[in-house]
Amino acid sequence: MPPLDLTPDQIKVILATDCGSTTTKAILIQYVDGQYRQTHRGEAPTTVEAPFADVTMGVLNAINELEDLSGKKFIENGRLIHPHNGNTGSDIYISTSSAGGGLQMLVAGVVRQMTAESAKRAALGAGAIVMDVIASNDKRRPHEQIQRIRDLRPDMILLSGGTDGGNTTQVVQIAELIAPAKPQPRFGGRYTMPVIYAGNTDAREAIKDAFKGEAVDLATVENLRPVLERENLGPARDAIHDLFLEHVMAHAPGYDKLMSWTHASIMPTPGAVGNILQTIARMQKINVVGVDIGGATTDVFSVFEGKEPGETVFNRTVSANLGMSYSISNVCAETGMKNILRWVHLDPKIMDERELRNRVKNKMIRPTTIPQTQEALIFEQAVAREALRLAYIQHKEFATTLKGVQQQRTVGDTFTQLASGQTIVDNMKLDLLVASGGVLSHAPRMNQTAMLLIDAFEPEGFTTLAKDSIFMMPHLGVLAEVHPKASLEVFEKDCLIYLGTCIAAKGAPGAGKVGRPCFSYEIKRLPSPSGRGAGGEGDSGDMLYGDVKLIPLADGETANVVIEPARGFDFGAGPGKRIERTVKGGTVGIILDARGRPLRLPEDREQGRRMMAKWVEALGMYPEMKREAVAVA
Amino acid sequence: MAQAYTPGLKVTARTTHRVRRVLPIAGEVLVKQGQKVSAKDIVAQTFMPGEITPVNLANILSLPPADVRECLLKKQGDRITIGEPLAHSKGIFGLFKNEYKSKHEGTIENISDVTGQMIIRGAPIPVQVLAYMAGTVVEIIPDEGCIVEAEVSFIQGIFGIGGETFGRIVMACKDHTQELHEDLIKDSMRGGVVIGGARVTAEAIEQAVKVGAAAIVSGGIDDHDLKEFLGYDLGVAITGSEQKGITIIVTEGFGEIAMAERTFRLLHSLEGSEASVNGATQIRAGVMRPEIIVPVQEDAAGLAEEKFDPGQLTIGRPVRIIRDPWFGLIGKVAGLPGQPAVLESGSKARVLEVRLDSGDSVVIPRANVELIEG
Repeated sequence: MPPLDLTPDQIKVILATDCGSTTTKAILIQYVDGQYRQTHRGEAPTTVEAPFADVTMGVLNAINELEDLSGKKFIENGRLIHPHNGNTGSDIYISTSSAGGGLQMLVAGVVRQMTAESAKRAALGAGAIVMDVIASNDKRRPHEQIQRIRDLRPDMILLSGGTDGGNTTQVVQIAELIAPAKPQPRFGGRYTMPVIYAGNTDAREAIKDAFKGEAVDLATVENLRPVLERENLGPARDAIHDLFLEHVMAHAPGYDKLMSWTHASIMPTPGAVGNILQTIARMQKINVVGVDIGGATTDVFSVFEGKEPGETVFNRTVSANLGMSYSISNVCAETGMKNILRWVHLDPKIMDERELRNRVKNKMIRPTTIPQTQEALIFEQAVAREALRLAYIQHKEFATTLKGVQQQRTVGDTFTQLASGQTIVDNMKLDLLVASGGVLSHAPRMNQTAMLLIDAFEPEGFTTLAKDSIFMMPHLGVLAEVHPKASLEVFEKDCLIYLGTCIAAKGAPGAGKVGRPCFSYEIKRLPSPSGRGAGGEGDSGDMLYGDVKLIPLADGETANVVIEPARGFDFGAGPGKRIERTVKGGTVGIILDARGRPLRLPEDREQGRRMMAKWVEALGMYPEMKREAVAVA
Repeated sequence: MAQAYTPGLKVTARTTHRVRRVLPIAGEVLVKQGQKVSAKDIVAQTFMPGEITPVNLANILSLPPADVRECLLKKQGDRITIGEPLAHSKGIFGLFKNEYKSKHEGTIENISDVTGQMIIRGAPIPVQVLAYMAGTVVEIIPDEGCIVEAEVSFIQGIFGIGGETFGRIVMACKDHTQELHEDLIKDSMRGGVVIGGARVTAEAIEQAVKVGAAAIVSGGIDDHDLKEFLGYDLGVAITGSEQKGITIIVTEGFGEIAMAERTFRLLHSLEGSEASVNGATQIRAGVMRPEIIVPVQEDAAGLAEEKFDPGQLTIGRPVRIIRDPWFGLIGKVAGLPGQPAVLESGSKARVLEVRLDSGDSVVIPRANVELIEG
């Protein structure tokens, strides 16, 4: 890393890149009129693969685009120019990365639902993909676990187990399986496998003995579950990050060069995104879910209020085989073509399943292609809905209260093991849903992005929808490490594009009730803070069960909304209870969703198609679509 | 202006090619620098540590872990066979001891006083690495393997299944547009690398397996047929370890697609030659594409080395369209507009004009074309 000689106030021109698995994205942040703003963006294919096999080529190509677009010069003789001087150079350069498949880890713990799960959380929080979780009670026999360890090719292993002062036998037993199994790293023979031990401190010597003579780099950190009631994930996460830089990144083609260019440690992309989302949630005191759907993986982040006042609980899951290019075939294999096609409102004659399967595979083997026709776009967006749904289900199953925690309700009660392992993700309490990833951020119309989010995540009550304008959350997450002020200013002014607010009815009385009253609404625009809008105009009406409606409310505008639900429908105040809230506008506006929760589409394909066609029309998702392609009677 | 950089697949009549042939763990290299090797020569060999079996004697003998060692009839480093007494229980006052006979064969690698667990290591597993490509050993990688170099004709496919195999090139189709059907697979193709034209059908694949062909190379395949053949839906493009009795390489993609004419002509010119073939495909994190390699004969005059210019989209360069609605069509770059255009899908993207072989011109996103060697 080059030295950072400038003070934060002296930093006026910032270059930041994110090296994704498919594309490398560069942004330029400049100090303009007394504030930091993101001014330009460039992108280029990531070049870790042959024939280039050097990530810095893609970085320079992306920065080349910035030069073209900004008229500035940042590169000389293949190197970045620092510091800036007039139209030449930048003051700092930072980067994140998920290229080369990211960080892939094997996690092991004693009890699957307790220490192993905490270890998985630590790994995910550090930005890793967890290839497998080995635990004493994972229903596999020792020889099956050993075979699995031998078959996997992790970059790193995290071993945990046992509370401090407790039993050491079981965690040592796991170590005694891992060590002789000799897991082979995917980087080949010259790579020393890092192993992090974050379990019972009493077992440290026995663990060292278990790995003696093996070609591993054993690091010992504080127990990540020192007592059952508390996790201590920080030290393990930090160790993962340090070893990631030292071992994994150093072996990926060109990363040693890239590391010598950046003014801060390269963070795994999801680690940086998690950073910035936690910051928003903390500052605005809200519950947030963020999603980043990429070519190979889908990350879901959530920050929900905890039990104690002021406490927030952060969780991240990575669905390692759900994505829109490399993993698109896996989405189809997991959910099935029937589930994908239920989101497609087009004439079935256009959507031959055999042909669609070929298209999916062609996208898998040529991941950088983009949909050219409207029909290709509609199909891809249908796949995206399913990828997001599956990823969110996995997230909700993982983001739970700590399992294995006993609770005493009152003095004299016997101990019970209730209320542990419940999901903490509550769609009714969700305040903000943030989208990023190509298929969401680059959708031709934001109405499409909004509907994809609503259909996939099924928010309930009042939920603000936003998208990361050009996928700069990773850049801002790592920038926050060296220049928090710049990071927050750009985040507030340039990063999020507000789509609007979804107001959705919870309750699902059944297909027979479609067309019956769901709720009535009254919307009054509030005076604009800028003074441009006087406010007062409004809209009111009734929504029938099964309908959606779009009410324009521009970005920067707010409105007062009153909802009177029919019996059985809940908007956050209880079933059938009136509720009043102030909501934000956005590029899409207010989406009134009376389709109920959980969202159910008709089993009959033709009925479902007509219903989708109605929703698509109501939301203006594909206004240029030829009528004959839809074939609505 | 920034360069456009669209990576392409390699199809060339002559190139200097190197292959790195290494063991998964340290072993013995059997060749010397400068040595000429044929494709099936073993260049390195080693033994992988045998399978391990943990035996929890503390549980079996109902003993505290620390007491296990004194009950053992064998010690660390001893060989053990199935049925051989391994340990005895403590019994009652030293009487009525029960013997525990080993259920596994191998060497006692470790006995843990902490867990009472014994690790038995099975017989070492031999691993050999073949040269794969006939050529000359140009570099020895000590204890790991070597690099073999040769002048070859080299054809990359877009997707494959199955690993390394060898055979002589046999033509099954008359031209690059002909589909490869079952009736075109003959018994005489046994051991051969069968070259098709356009899409290969499921029945043709089954027939090729029946006649004992080593590999099939064709323009396209239906994913539906691939799924039927494999027995599962391929989720992620990481292949090469399928054991289905044949290696399959698809040169263009999935669906009804003709092999590129240039590729077909080159393979046709190599009919009868011995080829090394590998169907292994990996799209990310170390990309691998399936390949057909045929060493150039000494007397192959007139085949000049072709220079591959990676990543440049320039006017006149041949390209293949790799996405619907014109998937598989080939043409030449006719224009490179600087500004992004709005596509039918509504997205904005940088585009190029392609003049197709038919004479028509189409506008395509730059992301949707692939360079082909010209």
